[in-house]
Amino acid sequence: MSIQLHYVVPGDDFTRAGEASGAVKTTLKQLGFRPDVIRRVAIAMYEGEINMVIHAGGGEADVEILPDCVTILLTDHGPGIPDVEQAMQEGFSTAPENVRNLGFGAGMGLPNIKKYTDTLDIETEIGVGTRMRMTVRVTEG
Amino acid sequence: MTVAELQAALSLEVLVEGDMTREVSGGYCGDLLSWVMGRARSGDAWITVMGNVNAIAVCVLADTACLILSDASPLDDAARARAQAEEIPVLRSDKNTYTLAVELSRLLPS
Repeated sequence: MSIQLHYVVPGDDFTRAGEASGAVKTTLKQLGFRPDVIRRVAIAMYEGEINMVIHAGGGEADVEILPDCVTILLTDHGPGIPDVEQAMQEGFSTAPENVRNLGFGAGMGLPNIKKYTDTLDIETEIGVGTRMRMTVRVTEG
Repeated sequence: MTVAELQAALSLEVLVEGDMTREVSGGYCGDLLSWVMGRARSGDAWITVMGNVNAIAVCVLADTACLILSDASPLDDAARARAQAEEIPVLRSDKNTYTLAVELSRLLPS
């Protein structure tokens, strides 16, 4: 069994951010995945979605669901991440003031993704965009 | 303790009813969404001043039991609609986050 899902994440629309991760959460629930696995996938994907909305003018999400693994590929054509290591640090944020007023910009997005996924690969190029591939494995538990 | 029991015990205003039978197992306080999403546990009552649609998304994704708005904070229309659709209970109090957390702590088994 393999299920492929594709979503377009609109840019600069914070009311719609979270639709894709919410839909994936619903799908995983229907497929009978464990609640802790669903929670990890949903949080990591939502953080990725929000990053694309804040920084990249939106992007695309491709999700592959296998019985033992969920893979999320996020692709955007935004400005790229100048220093990935710095961006991975808790509390580091370049989110603008209007975004912070909504409660975002805590500098926890990428750290949360790392925390809740088993693998995280970031390919980024300045002025071209960012591809982020993350996987959550279903382990015994 | 269920969300309904918590609402009654703390005399909270009900803004969105949602699933009031949900069990509350703990609490979390905070207004930075990613911070909350990374640290709140499933089943927590989340106390915050953030009443926007993204706060509701955090409730859904982090699987909190309910959202409690402190300091009589507003719930915007998009958030109300999303909470209703997702059956997230949204409650409100005039009290501040600290006071609500102390009162919640007295209600929950230590």
